[in-house]
Amino acid sequence: MFKILKYSFFDLFRSRWSFVYFFFYLLLGLVLLFLNNDLSNAIITLMNVIIVLVPLIGTIFGIMYFYNSREFTELLLAQPIARKHIFLGQYLGVAISLALSLVLGLGIPFIIYGLLESSAIWDFLSLLVVGSFLTFIFTALSFGIALRFENKIKGFGMAILMWLFLAIIYDGIFLLLLMYFQEYPLEDFALAASVLNPIDLSRTLILLKLDISALLGYTGAVFKSFFGTTKGSIISFGVLLAWVILPVWGMLRLASKKDF
Amino acid sequence: MVTVTNLHKRFGSQKVLNGLNLETNVAGIIAVLGPNGSGKTTLIKSLLGMVIPQQGKIAVNGKKIRRQSDYRQEIDYLPQIANFPGNLTVKELIGMIKDLRGKPARDKELIAFFGIENFLDKKLSKLSGGTRQKVNIVLCFMFDSPLIILDEPTSGLDPASLIKLRELLQKEKAAGKTIIITSHIMNFVEETADRILFLLEGVIYFNGSITELKTQTGQDDLEHAIAQILT
Repeated sequence: MFKILKYSFFDLFRSRWSFVYFFFYLLLGLVLLFLNNDLSNAIITLMNVIIVLVPLIGTIFGIMYFYNSREFTELLLAQPIARKHIFLGQYLGVAISLALSLVLGLGIPFIIYGLLESSAIWDFLSLLVVGSFLTFIFTALSFGIALRFENKIKGFGMAILMWLFLAIIYDGIFLLLLMYFQEYPLEDFALAASVLNPIDLSRTLILLKLDISALLGYTGAVFKSFFGTTKGSIISFGVLLAWVILPVWGMLRLASKKDF
Repeated sequence: MVTVTNLHKRFGSQKVLNGLNLETNVAGIIAVLGPNGSGKTTLIKSLLGMVIPQQGKIAVNGKKIRRQSDYRQEIDYLPQIANFPGNLTVKELIGMIKDLRGKPARDKELIAFFGIENFLDKKLSKLSGGTRQKVNIVLCFMFDSPLIILDEPTSGLDPASLIKLRELLQKEKAAGKTIIITSHIMNFVEETADRILFLLEGVIYFNGSITELKTQTGQDDLEHAIAQILT
């Protein structure tokens, strides 16, 4: 598996795209710091970008890599390597190189700006951890979609739809429900709904970390009392982890049944 | 070497293999023939575990292959369409496959044999179809495994390379290997194969030597004998 990971990783490393992604974050970090002139503000702006963009990049990269490396995959399948290791290796190769672009691309400008002496370091670190989680989650989901759909156009469409749903439509439905049932106590429902969507969960986690939950009103207080506790952090961390493990497991199951 | 019992495979509603049985326990060259869509490639890919049958058992060297991968250490495979990752050079690709297998390989000898030394630093996407097929053949034969599976090995080869391939096959056969070939070039089959497996409608319709096939169909030419079965 590690050999496959190595080859996938270097394959991506040699392709221009991971550098484009890396330089994009480098530029984003520098520009935000320059414009905001303040670490905490830059982190809040960055969060809004990361929450939407990281899942999108993970999805598109995952699906493109999978379809593009089909020949490589077929070559590997005829070798004495277990299927599980082939797909897990490729997945980790993509996810790790994307996460690395994110961490390095944002980390470098922030460190130069003096992050290490600042109190915002923990907020920034949680942003990177959440961003890496989102990368692993959406790469796994897109690999699963690519395995499920032989037709590239269909696969691409489904992947974008999946992203659109989790990043935008889910929130829309969520808001509609909140409005429609506003006479009822909805705190538990709101809590559950935000924990179940990895993008919402990530956003909530960072907002609470940044201590601006007051903006969220009463719900914010309920959220704070849930996520602020050890139990709340363990549950949210567990959910993020489950969002990585379940799609990877499903992806491997699909791979074990597929004909090549 | 290979035992296949009651193999069934369908893709959607299309039945491709329909209770196929096969046993190969002698060394030599076995040609798998049949019209387009008769299941030749599906059979070969099932042996390699790339296609997963709905029903039936396959054993290689007495070991069941379902969910296994180590048995492929004993198999060399030449895919029908030589699709390689285009951004690698020939040398990198050979190095990578050697690294993945972790076995000594005779790549240098084969590169010289097929005369592709000048292409080693070229990217695979820049190679012509015939050269790509030669690279494919080098990759396939370099591990010296006892079972060799070739899916349309002649495609894209010029006559000189075809003669070399034939020479190589005879050498491998003399070394006691089992070689399974699919081909539509009857001349090639007639000159190389010891045994013919004829696939029709997902089962083995004929299994025997070329001479037997000719006597059974009353034809004295392989091409006509095959055509006779199909009509």
